[in-house]
Amino acid sequence: MHPTAAAGPLTGETFQDGNVLAGSFREFFTTDLTTATGTCAGCGHTGPLAELRVYTHAPGMVARCPDCDEVVMRMVRGPEAAWLDMRGTTALRIPLPAE
Amino acid sequence: MAVISRGFHGRRPTEEKLPPGQYVVHDFPVLSAGPTPVVRTEDWEFTLTTVAGDMHHWSWRDLTALPAERPTVDIHCVTKWSKFRTEWEGVSLDTLLDGIDLDGDYAMVQSYGGYTTDLPLEDLLDGRAWIAYRYDHEDLPAEHGGPARLLVPHLYFWKSAKWVNGIRLMDSDEPGFWEGLGYHEYGDPWREQRYQGD
Amino acid sequence: MARTAVPGRLTGRLRWQTATVEDVRDETATARTLVLRAPEWRGHAAGQHVDVRLTAEDGYSTQRSYSLASAPGGDRIELTVQRIGDGEVSPYLVDVLETGDQLELRGPVGGWFVWDPADPSPVLLMAGGSGVVPLMSMIRARGSAGSRVPFRLLYSVRAPEERYYAGELGPGGAQGGLDVTHLYTRSAPEGPRRPPGRLTGDDVAAYGWPAEFTPMCFVCGPTGFVERAAGILVAQGHDPQRIRTERFGPVGG
Repeated sequence: MHPTAAAGPLTGETFQDGNVLAGSFREFFTTDLTTATGTCAGCGHTGPLAELRVYTHAPGMVARCPDCDEVVMRMVRGPEAAWLDMRGTTALRIPLPAE
Repeated sequence: MAVISRGFHGRRPTEEKLPPGQYVVHDFPVLSAGPTPVVRTEDWEFTLTTVAGDMHHWSWRDLTALPAERPTVDIHCVTKWSKFRTEWEGVSLDTLLDGIDLDGDYAMVQSYGGYTTDLPLEDLLDGRAWIAYRYDHEDLPAEHGGPARLLVPHLYFWKSAKWVNGIRLMDSDEPGFWEGLGYHEYGDPWREQRYQGD
Repeated sequence: MARTAVPGRLTGRLRWQTATVEDVRDETATARTLVLRAPEWRGHAAGQHVDVRLTAEDGYSTQRSYSLASAPGGDRIELTVQRIGDGEVSPYLVDVLETGDQLELRGPVGGWFVWDPADPSPVLLMAGGSGVVPLMSMIRARGSAGSRVPFRLLYSVRAPEERYYAGELGPGGAQGGLDVTHLYTRSAPEGPRRPPGRLTGDDVAAYGWPAEFTPMCFVCGPTGFVERAAGILVAQGHDPQRIRTERFGPVGG
């Protein structure tokens, strides 16, 4: 189980893997983005989004680079819209099935 | 139309004095957009930068030498929990900024760890905001923003920046960390200003 | 170009669907498995998860993610939920929900923490507590596919009575080619060969695969366990590219 948002006696060191973003991404992307390879704008680290460190106990989801901790991606889900900020990502490689 | 889950109520006793859409908690949820910065009080510094570029610095000793206040306030998080009668200790922004020539109409609050949030300068004044360093008669723990956090309880709690270390005054408003991603620029819980356009 | 749907292949926008509780099974005193019938289920891959949404009569709604425990196949799926004492959702799922009740789910999601049955590499599974759930899906997928891929499971758990899937992972239940090692952190059964304690490098050396076998490693559990286990694997020479992790979220579900 990986509860995604709840109150409890936490320390700020509690983060989850980028896997937890999968459901939210699939609300507006038609492919699984967690297997996409991203490049961090902060340090150049490259890896699958599934390996980002995601903080979900917040008004949105904040995904940080596992190497330098800079914000790579942020997502907010409101009742009528979602906001996605990827300014911390310089490039995404998205694997797709061959036509 | 969602399916109603029989017997599920969530954790929401109803009480008065609740802003619309909120429910009451009795614990103190920890919200965090990143790792908790470890800041020693001997290294702590607070900087006010005016629009004109003047900088004013306070050390931990400077801050704690100022007369403190002990506000008891209700706090309201945009994630819908509210907590009544929380007890804090800290320095009012009126006291901290007394005698400084404040230019600009807006403030960008800045924190260790890179978090930012913006609000009108007037919302930091007139006894409505504090730099708080004690909670519930104890030193403010790091997970709740210690050594010191901003406390501005009349707005949603994301404005009460944890690990606060500065304020930059601005002529015109700029969005902070959450304001730039769909959240309301002002965030009044009583008008339920959660998202842009609310 | 029309494409046929591949089970577990993630295409198209995902929508919430209604699932009905068909059965519940206690795993431990504080955890139970929910057997759900989801008519719109289009299959999944071993290791994926679902988002579960609960809605109260007054419209209040909240959601959590849970790993799938069942092997892919059919329109029945299983989740195993651990009750978190002060949680909002897990006590409801473990104590209140009954056969015939409905909930909403969205899934399957997540394509990274997934075992590919076509990959012939040996597999090392490392579970901390309830982190065994998605790894169980992989074990069951191996069984239902008749796979001969060598699997090893290191399952770190506080005490014998806290084991999930005791029958399937017990002496009589395990599949051929699957080695299961239970490591107890607080209290071990009578006459243990290993005193209770946290996972060590010696445990991994004794019960895992050598790095030169280039296994795929899947590590799941609380953040502290995952950091420790992955650190041991890297120190023992495993390629970080072949270590996949899933940190279960902070307590509070």
